[in-house]
Amino acid sequence: MSSVSEDPDTGIPPAEVPDLPPPHAHGFWSRWVFSQDAKYIALQYSGTAIAIGLVALVLSWLIRMQLGFPGVFDFISAEAYYQFITMHGMIMVVYLLTAIFLGGFGNYLIPLMVGARDMVFPFVNMLSFWVYFLAVVVLAASFFAPGGPTGAGWTLYPPQAILSGTPGGTQWGIVLMLVSLILFIIGFTMGGLNYAVTVLQARTRGMTLMRMPLTIWGIFTATVMALLAFPALFVASVMMLFDRLLGTSFFMPALVEMGEQLSYGGGSPIVFQHLFWFFGHPEVYIVALPAFGIVSDLIAVHARKNIFGYRMMVWAIVIIGALSFIVWAHHMYVSGMHPYFGFFFATTTLIIAVPTALKVYNWILTLWRGDIHLTLPMLFALGFIVTFLNGGLTGLFLGNVVVDVPLSDTMFVVAHFHMVMGVAPIMVIFGAIYHWFPLISGRMLSHRMGLIHFWVTFIGAYAIFFPMHYVGLVGVPRRYPDISASFVPDSVATLNAFITVAALTVGAAQMLFLFNVAWSLARGRKAGHNPWRAASLEWQTPEVPPRHGNWGEELPLVYRWAYDYSVPGAPRDFIAQDDPGHRASWSHVP
Amino acid sequence: MTDATAQRSPPRPNGLEGVAADWASDQRAFKTASWGKAMMWIFLLSDTFVFAIFLISYMSARSSTEVEWPNASEVFALHVGQTELPLLLIAIMTFVLISSSGTMAMAVNFAYARNRKRTAQLMFATAALGALFVGMQAFEWTKLISEGVRPWGNPWGAEQFGATFFMITGFHGTHVSFGVLFLLIVANKVRKGEFDSGRRTWLCREKGDYEAVEIMGLYWHFVDLVWVFIFAFFYLW
Repeated sequence: MSSVSEDPDTGIPPAEVPDLPPPHAHGFWSRWVFSQDAKYIALQYSGTAIAIGLVALVLSWLIRMQLGFPGVFDFISAEAYYQFITMHGMIMVVYLLTAIFLGGFGNYLIPLMVGARDMVFPFVNMLSFWVYFLAVVVLAASFFAPGGPTGAGWTLYPPQAILSGTPGGTQWGIVLMLVSLILFIIGFTMGGLNYAVTVLQARTRGMTLMRMPLTIWGIFTATVMALLAFPALFVASVMMLFDRLLGTSFFMPALVEMGEQLSYGGGSPIVFQHLFWFFGHPEVYIVALPAFGIVSDLIAVHARKNIFGYRMMVWAIVIIGALSFIVWAHHMYVSGMHPYFGFFFATTTLIIAVPTALKVYNWILTLWRGDIHLTLPMLFALGFIVTFLNGGLTGLFLGNVVVDVPLSDTMFVVAHFHMVMGVAPIMVIFGAIYHWFPLISGRMLSHRMGLIHFWVTFIGAYAIFFPMHYVGLVGVPRRYPDISASFVPDSVATLNAFITVAALTVGAAQMLFLFNVAWSLARGRKAGHNPWRAASLEWQTPEVPPRHGNWGEELPLVYRWAYDYSVPGAPRDFIAQDDPGHRASWSHVP
Repeated sequence: MTDATAQRSPPRPNGLEGVAADWASDQRAFKTASWGKAMMWIFLLSDTFVFAIFLISYMSARSSTEVEWPNASEVFALHVGQTELPLLLIAIMTFVLISSSGTMAMAVNFAYARNRKRTAQLMFATAALGALFVGMQAFEWTKLISEGVRPWGNPWGAEQFGATFFMITGFHGTHVSFGVLFLLIVANKVRKGEFDSGRRTWLCREKGDYEAVEIMGLYWHFVDLVWVFIFAFFYLW
């Protein structure tokens, strides 16, 4: 592979790093199993994440069946219900969303979008996936362990998480959960270092940071945040594992259980809450920022317009990332902390609304008078904006201490975070799959099946979570398997049954999506080279789907940002980033 | 290749302007850092958070305990002859580890000069000092365990003392042990001349590329620096 020769006409600076070929596969194992190609690792990551995500989806059906029709399904005991909600939450947040955005989309898109041949350390990248895979296996194993998986709630709050009253508390469940989290963090760190260094140090000539697509900005910022936030979960997991296995008392106060004094004493459960949420709140944005980035690109491509306020969008991503590290205790308003802390954390929380609202406005201004194509990615992007706005507004309720206290631990909270970090990022994931499936496979996904999938998912998600706000407002607490014999009015039971029917319908629509993927892989319409006429670099590879090494003989040169759509006077309605074109210039960045 | 192109690049501004220019440029945000070095720095940043959170958890446990915290200078005293010498062992351990940072720095210096023999010798010396440190830590653990310190309790006071002590020094000792292991691997490669062979491996991009030594040094100095904090917060507090 020859290095790129200097091109004096373009004004693009000379190459600083020699262009070396990425490692080649030599046989079956290194090609199909322990592959070091980021694109293949991305598919491995996504496949594993979706597989374990399906388990979490089935768990959500079981949760809803219990809530909608309490007492009808004998096999769902209270203990089993706790296990279902715990595993559903943890799998969805960590093992599906984090893994698919960073390990999946990050691995596939970073090298292609910044013009690199692969990640900087492909071997470490490969290890990252296999450690993640091991973490998933350990997690899945807890379903078959004696006592079943942990039922501590996805937040794993001590002391109950490791006591005998909680399913898996004194058996295998919590141990496997914590070991799996530790493995996940080790695996993620290996991948995350790769993503961060590839973005910072391995861009192609002409690709400045401010010419990167917002997808990369979102994934990059989320990666850096994850590298700084996961340590808190790592430490908390190690400490709780010691509490459970060695009898230390980091998080365990003196306790009497079943009339018996336990050997614990002197620890603080609140410290765990701080550690967990120091991870947990950035985690929300670790999931949200890649979604923000991807949706910006989807909107620009499918509305044939440059993104409105690119620089502001970048800075908003960075500022949201930074602010999210100083808001964690808004998850702990009812933990008995000093009111001044509540004041501080409420203030920082509400400040985050400013850059977030800025992003929403910019998406809408990008759409404004755009040439909007109602393709599937665009539909899902629009669905994202609406659901995210909705979830974000209820976030303003919950960020205020006085409003949060009565709403805390009700179904209102459940509805809020499902709307804002469940449905909204999932919408983006679907939009992104519909958008990049032609790049990955060379074929289009079926539009007709996709339309059914979108409308059922979108309307269904509202049918599930909109009524849930009302259920929460009348005071129904979360995490209770059966509230029918308590203070709540009968109308709640009706709403709960309705929500359950909606949830099962939405679940069925996801099966249609999986069928669409399988069917289109074999029978889908051939996509051609650049079916969406996108300007960003990943569509400009010599072959589609891109082959090993991505770029053929020579690395691309980048002359412009990724958003030159509908430029007046241009021969086509987009100008690719590696097109020297008529308005090309190094001096007018971006 | 790198040298040839570097000469053609326009001169870069210094100071804050230089930082801004580097970040606004293409290809690399840190112009002098290779991929491996950048990766080690970011890893160390992440690891800093791990140790910081360990130490903050310890401080929160210690400052909120209702039972008295054991007196560090008595617990960590050595009985030499007739006298109790407070913090003697830990002083020697700290001295050994800081010295190993010195030998490591010298090794990196000789690696810049591509002096194979000296680099390998000094790296082996660093590894030996690191191993000595871990050995003394094992001795310290044995002594404390024989005196009745356990993760779930100790004879002198708050039970979080043993828990945080074993967890934090154990986690740091694990770092040192892995460091020794990798030092030995890299030192052996230096000794065998692998970095001068011109063969491209994951530790070596081209003939005479000794950067692996420098990256190893970053890690080693970091582990040392962390020890200074553990020493200050655990033994001197």
